[in-house]
Order: sequence, then C-alpha cells, then structure tokens
Amino acid sequence: MFIKEYISEIAKATKSLWTGMRLTGHYFVRPKTVITQQYPDNRDTLKMADRFRGEVIMPHDADNLHACTGCTACELACPNATIKVITKFELTPENKKKKALDTFVYHLDMCTLCGLCVDACPTGAIQMGQNFEHSVYDRSTLTKKLNKPGSKIREGVE
Amino acid sequence: MYSLHAITHSIQDWLSARLSPVWVLMIESIIVIVLAIGLFAVLGLILVWLERKVAAHMQIRLGPNRVGPAGIFQTSADTLKLILKEGLTPDGADKFLFNFAPFVVMIVAMLALAPIAFANGFQIWDINIGVLYVSAISSLSVIGILIAGWASNNKYSLLGAMRSGAQIVSYELSAGLSILTIVVLTGSLQISDIVHAQQNGWWLFKGHIPVVIAFIIFIIAATAETNRAPFDLAEAESELTAGFHTEYSGMKFALFFLAEYINIFIVCAIGATLFLGGWMPFHIGDWAQFNHVMDYIPSSIWFFGKTFFLIFLIMWFRWTFPRLRVDQLLTLEWKYLLPISLFNLLLVTVIAIMNWHF
Ligand code: SF4
Ligand code: SF4
Repeated sequence: MFIKEYISEIAKATKSLWTGMRLTGHYFVRPKTVITQQYPDNRDTLKMADRFRGEVIMPHDADNLHACTGCTACELACPNATIKVITKFELTPENKKKKALDTFVYHLDMCTLCGLCVDACPTGAIQMGQNFEHSVYDRSTLTKKLNKPGSKIREGVE
Repeated sequence: MYSLHAITHSIQDWLSARLSPVWVLMIESIIVIVLAIGLFAVLGLILVWLERKVAAHMQIRLGPNRVGPAGIFQTSADTLKLILKEGLTPDGADKFLFNFAPFVVMIVAMLALAPIAFANGFQIWDINIGVLYVSAISSLSVIGILIAGWASNNKYSLLGAMRSGAQIVSYELSAGLSILTIVVLTGSLQISDIVHAQQNGWWLFKGHIPVVIAFIIFIIAATAETNRAPFDLAEAESELTAGFHTEYSGMKFALFFLAEYINIFIVCAIGATLFLGGWMPFHIGDWAQFNHVMDYIPSSIWFFGKTFFLIFLIMWFRWTFPRLRVDQLLTLEWKYLLPISLFNLLLVTVIAIMNWHF
C-alpha cells in the first residue's frame, strides 16, 4: 500500500542516517581513536607500517656480505630503468671466471616504489626500506650505489 | 529570575536624563551596532574553529592544533591572511553588483539578529511579529546569493546560485510551517511571548510527538536554508569549484563565509527559542523547588548552551551525510517534508484547540 511504503521508507532513511551519525558520534566522543601522526614532533617514536615502501635497499650483514649475484633480473623487471647493475668477472679459487656484482646503481628520483624488482630478485638481495625523508637540495645525490664499498657476495648464494 | 532589564533600563534613563531623544536613539543604536559587530566577529572566529575541530574528531583527525592552545587562534590567523589578500574583481563581472553582493548577504544576516532574545530582558527589538520578521528576512539572503552568482559571469557561480535559489525557496516552506506549529501553540508571533509560554516546560516536551516532528523538520530545513552539507549543492566544491562565491577572494569571500556562520547561529537561535525555550531555564511543570534551582544558572548561558547544542547537531549532520543530488533535494522537500509538516500543523492545531498540551 502506498501509505505503508511511504512510512517504511521514512523509517528506513531515519535508521540509516542514525547509523551514520552513531559512527561519527562514536569517533567524536573518543579522542583516543584519532590516528593523526604529529610528524615531525614524534620523529623518534614514529613507526611505519611493515608494508610501507620508502626506497629500495640492499641489506648487508655484519661481515659486509650481500646476496646479489649480479644476475640483472631486477634491472629487467624495473619499468622505469631505475636500476643499473654493473657486473665484473672474478676468478674463483679453481681459476674459473665467475660473474659478480660490481656496482648496483639505483636512481631514487626515477623510482615509483612499485616493488617489482624485489619480487624479481631470485636471491632476495634487495628489499623495500622504510625511510621516507628523501628530500635533498641536489638531485644528483639521489643516484645511489646500494652495495657498500668492499662488500662481497655471501658464500653459497648462487 | 535575574534579569538584564535593570541594566538596559538604567542606561536608557541615564541617557534620556542628559540628552535629547534623538541623541539617545543615536547613542543606543551605536551601542547596539558595536555589540552586534563584536558578536559577529567573535562568533565567526569561534564557530569556524569549532567546525574544524568537530569535523576533525569525527574523521579521526586532530584538526588545527598549532596556532595557540588547541589551535584556538588558527581562525584569527586565517582572518588576518584574508584581510591582507587582494579582493579581485574579474574583468567580465558586473562590477557594481559583484561588489554589492557580499554586503547584501552580510546585512541580511545582521538584520535577522534584531528580534533574537539573548538573555532575560536582553533583546534588540521585541517586535510583535518577531518570528515572521525572521523568516521574511532570512529568505532575503537568497537575493544576495543570486546577485553574487549572476554578477560573477561564471557558469559555476550561476549554477550554484540557481541551485541555492531552488533550495531556499523550497525549504522556506517547511521551515515556515514548522515555525507555525509553535506560533499556533503560543498564539503569538512575538519572541518574548513565545519564550514566556515555555515557563512551565519547553515546547519540545510539552507539545507531544507533533512538536518533535516539527522540530526535526525545522532542523532539516534550517540546514538546507543555510546551504550546509548535506544540502550544500550551492557550493558543492567537487562539482562547482565553490559555487556562487567561486570568483570572490580576500575580504569579500570572508564576508560570505562569515555570513554563512552567522546564519547558522541565527537559525539555531530561532530553533532554540521556539522549541527549547530560548533563555528560559529547564523547568518541569510546577516543581517549584527544581525550577528554582534551575533559575540560578544565568539565562544567557541557557540560551547559548541550547544554541550551540543545535549548532553542534548541524555540524554533526555535515560531517556524516553525503551530499544530495538536486532531484533528491527537491523530492525530500516536496514529497516528504512538506506533506508531513502540513499534516503535522493540522495535528498541532487540534492539540492547541483542545488544549491537550501541558
Ligand atoms: S621499485 Fe619499481 S621502479 Fe623502483 S627500482 Fe624497483 S622495479 Fe624499479
Ligand atoms: S639484486 Fe637480485 S635480481 Fe638484482 S642483480 Fe642482484 S641478485 Fe639479481
């Protein structure tokens, strides 16, 4: 019936509006729910989410060893040509030539932080770091060398 | 009950003992103007800050918190910024009307302030058609908005102004009808009579469910008349840039902005006066003891408390509901609010005639 529909429509509308108002009211009376991070005041205690992607890093262990074989899979995976892997040939103890990483060049200014390189790496040598304070006065300082000086590939990583 | 009559009368007597009636009128007008402008400035600063704080906390943010404690001086800083900005007039605009519109909006907001009773015996102009006067004046503000939209020579401005016109003209009806319910119950259009009629309880409680319905309709219509979300189609920043004030900058924009908040204050003050007893303390029937305790709270605190409660309610709406489409807006008014308020008015009239209210 028309009148019944009319009234039930009003009742439904009132209910849904009240549901919305209850939610905003709930947040309003509970200041603890505020999620604002007062950066940079809380710079020392700021904790980023695990999935946050700030830059590409190459972790080195205590003996200055990394896991990059110089296979260039990351370079091929990168859509922006952000990575340039420069390789060299090293002599193994058996006097055989072996490909190794010379310089891992990373252009932070071209990186979209998509993480495809991390997925592509067969040895897990690179990761997404959490640092996001990248602003600099000179753009050229954004071109970085990710392998530390004197670092070598970890034994047993192929 | 403590009344400000004594103060106002002593000023009146003091002046008329020394000066001619013309000068008394002049000086009293100046006092009123200074008070009104002071009230406007303070209200603008407080309401904008309040709005931003309420909005922030409803959206789990903090809101302004850098300028002064809890960001209380943020709005003063913003005003300073607006004063320093250039008040640009576009080349294609109708210069006179363009510069005239903000003043129309502002003056209308000022005029509507006249019959509002701020406290016991503290009222600028207690005319016998107070309620009618307010509803007549507040519908004038649409003219200012239309002038602004037309004179800007900008399609967004014009669209915003037209929407605003359609909206205010429609919602005026249900606002008027819900105001009428109280007029029917009181039997007077005078604000002071309406307030005194609520001596033994506010109309919201005395008038049974029909008055509650009228109150809800009034709040909806008031939100629409002040062009606030969910009825902010006239500004609709995501569709029309800023609607009718797209082309305004600097202080001219600030006048529109201020007028919006003053209008909110005025409609909420009217709502508080009609339904929540204005400055009348919370009284229950003839519980003399209880009523006497309530009288100790100054009447101005009651008035501002109720008004700010309604303002908070309207802010709560704004930060919860999504904006209506223009056809939904008109459907809501013409198919729902208007028939309901007409029927409701009939009910209230029966209640008033049969004396069924408390
Ligand atoms: S995150 Fe994406 S854009 Fe950045 S280096 Fe890796 S693949 Fe290239
Ligand atoms: S970082 Fe990974 S993918 Fe890139 S060259 Fe080294 S081992 Fe290959």
